[in-house]
Amino acid sequence: MSDDLIEIEIDGKSVQAKKGQMIIEATDTTSSYVPRFCYHSKLSIAANCRMCLVEVEKAPKPLPACATPVAAGMKIFTRSPYAIAAQKATMEFLLINHPLDCPICDQGGECELQDIAMGYGRGISRYNDNKRVVKDKNIGPLVSTDMTRCIHCTRCVRFGEEITGVQDLGTVMRGENMRIDTYVEKSIDHELSSNIIDLCPVGALNNKPYRYSARSWEMIQHETIAAHDCVGSNIYAHALRGTVKRVVPRENEAINETWISDRDRFSYEGIYSDERLMSPMIKKDDQWQEISWKDALIEIVEKLKVVENNSAAVLASPNSTLEEFYLLSRLSDELSISNIDHRLRMVDFTDQLNDPKIPLLGINIAEIENCKQIVVVGSDIRKEAPIIGHRIRKAALSGAQIGIINENINEYFFDVAVYLSESIIGNLLGLLSALNGEPPEEMRDIFKQIKPTKEQQKLAAILNSEDKKHFILGHLAINHPYASAIRLLSAKIAELTGAVLGFITEGSNAAGGHLMGVLPHRGFAGSSREIIGHSISEISENNLDLLLLFNAEPGKDIPNLSAEKLTDSLVIALTPYATENYKTTADIMLPIGTFAETSGTYINCEERWQSFSGIANPVGESRPGWKVLRAIGSLLGMSEFEFESSESVLDEISQRLKDTPMSNEINNFSLQNKINKKDLLDTHLVQSVPMYEVDSVLRHSASLQLTPEASRSDST
Amino acid sequence: MKSIPENLVCFNTFEADKPWTYETYRKHGGYDAWDRILKGELSPEQVIEEVKASGLRGRGGAGFPTGLKWSFMPRLQPIQKYLVCNSDESEPGTCHDREVLRKNPHALIEGMAIAAYAMGATIAYNYIRGEFMEEPIPRFELAVKEAYEHKLLGKNIQSSNIDLELHTFVGAGAYICGEETALLESLEGKQGKPRFKPPFPANFGLYGKPTTINNTQSLASVPSIIRNGAKWFKDIGVENSGGTAQFSVSGHIERPGNYELPMGTSFKELLELCGGVLGGAKLKAVIPGGSSVPVMPAETILGCTMDYDSLQKAGSSFGTGAVIVMDETTCMVKVLRRIARFYMAESCGQCTPCREGTGWLYRMLTRIIEGQGELEDLTKLVEIANKIEGHTICALGDAAAWPVQSFLKHFHHEFEYMVNNKGRSIVSIDDEVTV
Ligand SMILES: Cc1cc2nc3c(=O)[nH]c(=O)nc-3n(C[C@H](O)[C@H](O)[C@H](O)COP(=O)(O)O)c2cc1C
Ligand code: SF4
Ligand code: FES
Repeated sequence: MSDDLIEIEIDGKSVQAKKGQMIIEATDTTSSYVPRFCYHSKLSIAANCRMCLVEVEKAPKPLPACATPVAAGMKIFTRSPYAIAAQKATMEFLLINHPLDCPICDQGGECELQDIAMGYGRGISRYNDNKRVVKDKNIGPLVSTDMTRCIHCTRCVRFGEEITGVQDLGTVMRGENMRIDTYVEKSIDHELSSNIIDLCPVGALNNKPYRYSARSWEMIQHETIAAHDCVGSNIYAHALRGTVKRVVPRENEAINETWISDRDRFSYEGIYSDERLMSPMIKKDDQWQEISWKDALIEIVEKLKVVENNSAAVLASPNSTLEEFYLLSRLSDELSISNIDHRLRMVDFTDQLNDPKIPLLGINIAEIENCKQIVVVGSDIRKEAPIIGHRIRKAALSGAQIGIINENINEYFFDVAVYLSESIIGNLLGLLSALNGEPPEEMRDIFKQIKPTKEQQKLAAILNSEDKKHFILGHLAINHPYASAIRLLSAKIAELTGAVLGFITEGSNAAGGHLMGVLPHRGFAGSSREIIGHSISEISENNLDLLLLFNAEPGKDIPNLSAEKLTDSLVIALTPYATENYKTTADIMLPIGTFAETSGTYINCEERWQSFSGIANPVGESRPGWKVLRAIGSLLGMSEFEFESSESVLDEISQRLKDTPMSNEINNFSLQNKINKKDLLDTHLVQSVPMYEVDSVLRHSASLQLTPEASRSDST
Repeated sequence: MKSIPENLVCFNTFEADKPWTYETYRKHGGYDAWDRILKGELSPEQVIEEVKASGLRGRGGAGFPTGLKWSFMPRLQPIQKYLVCNSDESEPGTCHDREVLRKNPHALIEGMAIAAYAMGATIAYNYIRGEFMEEPIPRFELAVKEAYEHKLLGKNIQSSNIDLELHTFVGAGAYICGEETALLESLEGKQGKPRFKPPFPANFGLYGKPTTINNTQSLASVPSIIRNGAKWFKDIGVENSGGTAQFSVSGHIERPGNYELPMGTSFKELLELCGGVLGGAKLKAVIPGGSSVPVMPAETILGCTMDYDSLQKAGSSFGTGAVIVMDETTCMVKVLRRIARFYMAESCGQCTPCREGTGWLYRMLTRIIEGQGELEDLTKLVEIANKIEGHTICALGDAAAWPVQSFLKHFHHEFEYMVNNKGRSIVSIDDEVTV
């Protein structure tokens, strides 16, 4: 037995436990279940519910399993009459003031109190005095409150204190009058806040949009993947007769632990937006008319057949599935279109030939916590990838030093060691200088004028260590007007300091878009293209004859492509929504399913492939994107394009990748462009895209749009 | 009967004109012990041994041996350690810490200094209940000022290499903040909610640092122990209960007040000293150690001496030494309801049994008094009390349970009578003051 293992006895069976472990952690490794409410493995111990009382030999009182450390030779009885009596006593106390309104409570059927009461409660109550009533709170559009049901376990309070760092909820008053409260009337609006819905063991804090719309036992639980950032949080979608009613986290320690962002939880509402495109439509004499799928496809294929290849472009959402990207890539190849991209918000493409084959985080998500220094460049990381923001906070709490380099000042709920605001490039140059690094050729002149500031020197000193460190470039760095300069300088600094350089890319599948060759400069698996296609900027300037938009809305997903620029082009939009932008710019609209109505695969920022199946019935006549693309390909007469399922597409992808392995050499970044040295150091005020605006589904999620976060977004 | 020596330890300045001044304290041998320590004549180990040998037990209610408690501190670890004095005195019936603060604050300051020295603490706090704003707090603060002026506190005191900063902290009047870990939370500026143990304050106390919490009287007794020797102190009292105790005598008594008497004084002597039961009435019951300890019928307590062992053997507890005397006109149901109301109101609310159970007890008792009780309520009361006792984070749960258990044990007939007679009390004094 190793040094930190000890022998204990649980219900007569000898068990090995770790020194310092609490009894409940030990019993959880066995079949002896100890009932609990306040205990949660991700939160600090509170030991206040007293449900987990167990008998311990020689102890004068029943002891709380969640707060009593194991000791060698300890004999624990979780189901002795003595233990059961203590547990039943607590249960009786918990129930006396509980409203027992299970028939009208959304938690019914999945309530920890209800479940445990089945085992430990009495059939009838001995309490015949008045019950407590607690006034409900309005804490925003996402979480409903029925505070009379609260059992005061304080999980929600500890969540705020420990996980988000924002103490939205606390306890006020004492004794019987103690209640969970916001103290002042306010909504809770941290990006992870709604996890308190799952944490609350009863129906006190519940899912507001879901309220009264289904019962847990009627729904079917589907495993799937969240579709709004490069993390790929694991989720369950709960569907009632094919309609998604809610989304909850699916535990995965490697990715999202037990949490998900509010964005991933409530985006499903977008599936059922009034703005969904219900059938194929075609614009005739400036009037939109319904058209059958068959006629619409024939119409499209006719246009595709005759279009001049360098006057056509294909633009796809970075949230497209791997299979959709692949079919788009093959279709474009078939038509010799190289004007194809999924990096819809980028502006600086000058150095794209030096792009990594797949932009990734560089380390695993779970490893972030082990880094001792982390520098985040050009990112509002909490909003861009909430789970990564959370991991960085965890790193900070366990002692990591965090540096932020960003033009904007964002709020972090941990101590930021150094925050370098204003010009990102200016700060990177200063940092490089403080590290005694050599500037890139093109920046020599500017570099000469740079004198590192105290703060830049401080960050340099922090990075001067042998520790494990990480240098992350986020959306603002990637979409910056001088993105290539930022990347080059960051790569130099990372090299100098031994940090791993990584990227937080947009959408749920930018890695897949790169790998499948939905890029103007590279084809499938990083192969080089003979003809480099137009960049988004060139596409929007050049009045092309034909544009195929795949869930990419002009003005919104493609900020630089406005309606005016599309008046002369034939625009074919494959889209779940018929928004005003589509209605004014498109000529044909085909309804495709959202992430919930299709099967597919996303590759997350750790290069983790996660496949999922369709979970919702298609809305209206919409079809999964891959099926529509396959139909177009078939009508174009493409060979070997008769895919039966998204799985068969995936099989072909895997096969081809095996045949043409991608070199995974790390590219040396080199700065190729001539730089306008004058404004290189300016602050360019690249605006982050508000977190509930980043994709079409989110823009249609009613409850998210009601949050303070969304109204904050509107004003910027 | 031999006369009982009074005011030997904490109250020994009381006969003076202005007992609280530095000069008076000095005249009574005050700061002699501290002077010796500052001169390097006593090591921390010697101090702890002396306190251990004296038989001093914590006067905060639990009676834990003080010297032993001090020895739990990781004295030699080179980290900040704290001493905290608990002057939150809120147990109903108890008001003798207040007397120490008002009339002999220097004894407490010297006691805190010696304790801090013995445990290697360089910062000490006195947590005083907010209701003492009028007199005890200013007196104590004045004494602290005097002690600083006479170079008995501060940095490198009299070049002895001993540091001690002493601060007063004023609570906001919560009984629960007298529980030592709730007190620490409150001192840290948080809600006064007890912490679960382990870890104990000696390892993880104030701001997570090793901390010892002692009651006012426990600490104020220390100077005379060091001055006069452990044996002197021990011999004042009896086996297992060294020294003196301060009894706060209240209720139906001729001369209510605070009496410092040797441990082991018989209850009869105490009663006599206080002039007997008010108006010569017949004694019915006594709560011997503050409202939380089990009540004792007259016949039982009349055979007891007032010390830890005797009271425990008789089914109650020494508690805080607050003696609540009740004569035969007392309605035990109403007393119990009043006590139950206190614990309901003072529960911090975090533990389920205490939060929910204390109110349940109070409401049942109220129902009985209002004539709505049923006989089965009496069993239920005891069952509920049993389910609170020993099931909570701190001892407030026990404190709420013990009175219920003991009142129903010894005075069941009174409760029965009231239930059967729809709220009429067995003592039937209709104009009795109720809450
Ligand atoms: C609910 C509750 C209230 C208490 N109130 C006080 C108090 O007012 N004063 C006090 O000295 N100890 C009080 N105690 C006891 C303290 O927790 C602690 O045991 C004591 O201060 C230790 O000092 P001692 O060892 O010198 O007795 C209380 C305990 C409980 C459970
Ligand atoms: S027993 Fe009561 S007062 Fe003590 S911690 Fe628990 S709820 Fe608070
Ligand atoms: S789970 Fe242990 S006290 Fe709540």
